[in-house]
Amino acid sequence: MIALVTDIAFILLAVALLFCFYRLIVGPSLPDRVVAIDTITTVTIAMIAVYCIKEGTAIFYDAILVLSILGFVGTVAMAKFLAKGDNIFEQ
Amino acid sequence: MNSEIFTVVFLIAGLFFIVVGCFGLYRMPDVFCRMHTTSKATTMGLVLILIATFIHLGLAAVGLKAILAIIFAFLTAPVGAHLIARAAYQRGVKLHDRSIADALHALYPEKNQTDSHRDKD
Repeated sequence: MIALVTDIAFILLAVALLFCFYRLIVGPSLPDRVVAIDTITTVTIAMIAVYCIKEGTAIFYDAILVLSILGFVGTVAMAKFLAKGDNIFEQ
Repeated sequence: MNSEIFTVVFLIAGLFFIVVGCFGLYRMPDVFCRMHTTSKATTMGLVLILIATFIHLGLAAVGLKAILAIIFAFLTAPVGAHLIARAAYQRGVKLHDRSIADALHALYPEKNQTDSHRDKD
């Protein structure tokens, strides 16, 4: 039962990634693309978690933590860049 | 057997939230609606899937790391979404035509003329 549900989960998460990539390519403005990249990070974390369930191992949890931290820092840096231009560290 | 049922239920609920959030990213009309959809729905879905891994793998295997990941997801997703939305408004991204309110209009008086040409790509 777990195996069937995780296989369906991979297919549905791949469809969700397709929606995100559509917005990343088409999206009319730059903040749309930043939102799409943020969502792609979230869906990737969910895929790693589903893979942990499927294999019954917990060694990929470090990857989950690192990806969530990198996604947050990247989102904040891109938001600062969008608001202020090139120099994101100026006050 | 009992924990397997809970794992499947939490996994399906999380999948529902993530797929609906990403469909909203595809379907919604402007940046703020898309940000609204994806930040709330995918955060909820990710937390439900992490709870499913926590139930399936047990406290000894993932334990503190799962709790840390859940707390981190709940803390950082609203902050990131808020920053993106504020930056998009400061940059001068237009709201959708059928929007009925613009509460920040009085706070950023200079953005409406100067920055509207920057996001035509």
